Amino acid sequence: MSEPLTRRQLLAAMAAVAGSAALTGCQGFLPPTYGSLLGIGEALTFASHRVLLRKQPFAREFDRGMISANFPAINTVDPEDEEYQRLRAGGFAEWRLPVTGLVGKPLALSLEMLRSMPARTQVTQHNCEQGWSAIAEWTGVSLHHVLEAAAIRPEARYVVFHCVDGWWDSLDMFDALHPQTVLAYGMNGGDVPVKHGAPIRLRVERQLGYKSLKFVKSIQVTDRIDQIEDGTGAMVVKYGYSWYAGI
Amino acid sequence: MPSSALEATGSQPDDRAASIPTERGHSRLVRITHTLNSVSFVALVVSGIAILIAHPRLYWGEDGYFGLPALFEFPIETNLSHTGWGRSLHFLAAWVFVINGVIYLVSGLVGRHFRRHLLPRREEFAKPSLVAEIRNHLTLRIPRGGAGPRYSLLQKTAYLFVIFILTPVMILSGLTMSPAVTAAYPELFTLFGGRQSARTVHFLTSAGLVLFLAVHLLMVTLSGFRRQVRAMTVGVRSADEEV
Repeated sequence: MSEPLTRRQLLAAMAAVAGSAALTGCQGFLPPTYGSLLGIGEALTFASHRVLLRKQPFAREFDRGMISANFPAINTVDPEDEEYQRLRAGGFAEWRLPVTGLVGKPLALSLEMLRSMPARTQVTQHNCEQGWSAIAEWTGVSLHHVLEAAAIRPEARYVVFHCVDGWWDSLDMFDALHPQTVLAYGMNGGDVPVKHGAPIRLRVERQLGYKSLKFVKSIQVTDRIDQIEDGTGAMVVKYGYSWYAGI
Repeated sequence: MPSSALEATGSQPDDRAASIPTERGHSRLVRITHTLNSVSFVALVVSGIAILIAHPRLYWGEDGYFGLPALFEFPIETNLSHTGWGRSLHFLAAWVFVINGVIYLVSGLVGRHFRRHLLPRREEFAKPSLVAEIRNHLTLRIPRGGAGPRYSLLQKTAYLFVIFILTPVMILSGLTMSPAVTAAYPELFTLFGGRQSARTVHFLTSAGLVLFLAVHLLMVTLSGFRRQVRAMTVGVRSADEEV
């Protein structure tokens, strides 16, 4: 894909976000789960962070020497899913990542194809909502390259991720198009280990760890989040966690 | 500014205000902001504990996780089930706390509340009065004085320390735990020496504030709980002052 087209599509996606935000009042400054009394605080935080991050700064990156000796692996560490175990046994050679929804060119990406796209390596801190933090190096492809390759349509506003272990979550274009938002296939110089989400783990560095989904199975581009799954934007919402986790 | 208007009615030259009880209770703005501050502070402590118990260990620097030596470990079970509502409540309360605090701060500067009531006067540092005050506090001989802003030196020092030291450190160390805020202001990490350091400072400062609250409530109780609480909420009518 040529560079000018790439840039035009990025701009189109950003214009779409701005346009729909303008159409619906301040909706661009409200997270999808806004509603309850507690949601008022969440909405204020989300809106103020959007102002603070308006120039799209990067989360801190470290030297390799800062990589943690033992990066914790929590939640699913070995999916019981039969299909997953079959793909794993084959070294994920048959694994494909579908990119569907509001795209001009639906994709089914192999690991090889992801590796052939422009790579990005970042040593970042994982900030778990529980309170712990650890540093690791992640190598992968910035999500925006994948979205460009799929030719996302101007009306696209959210990118939804479905995972092997049943987790699902979403990002709006503000975070989805950020260069540090990466589909990582490498960790600390090797492949992403199974316990950390092989073959692909999402990295969302400006939000808490639970947004960085493991075992990503498919990517869906959409304009409305309320029609996906239970309509809250993320699986964790029903357990009381906020969709926006830059906190 | 309502506070200055109220204070102006009892206007006395500043140098006499210290010795002559002329103030007529807390200004309306102080009463409202104190009430909102109390409610949000309790919510912040409760939700803060809910978040803390999900990982009841404190570290220094950037790294902190099970398997790494902790600076301090709370002797409690890890409980992961309260961070959801805990964090939502913590941030709602923090917004109330901060907005309310900014209103208090600006009005306190503009309305001269800080200068009139919290800035220590030179004579308060005189050795005899200072020694007497410390002795009275240590022996819990607290005068059942008027319920208004006529504070002793120890009181002023405690209030100033809470308002201008502990609270800013509390807010800044809290912001340092946000991966979004620190993307915009990475200097925060330099200030506290890392994310886990900021988390530890956040806890220690909150412990300091809770300790202040305990002493504060003790003093309020010793100097007449009901009257003090009424004076800081609905306010004092002049008839009450006469009693």
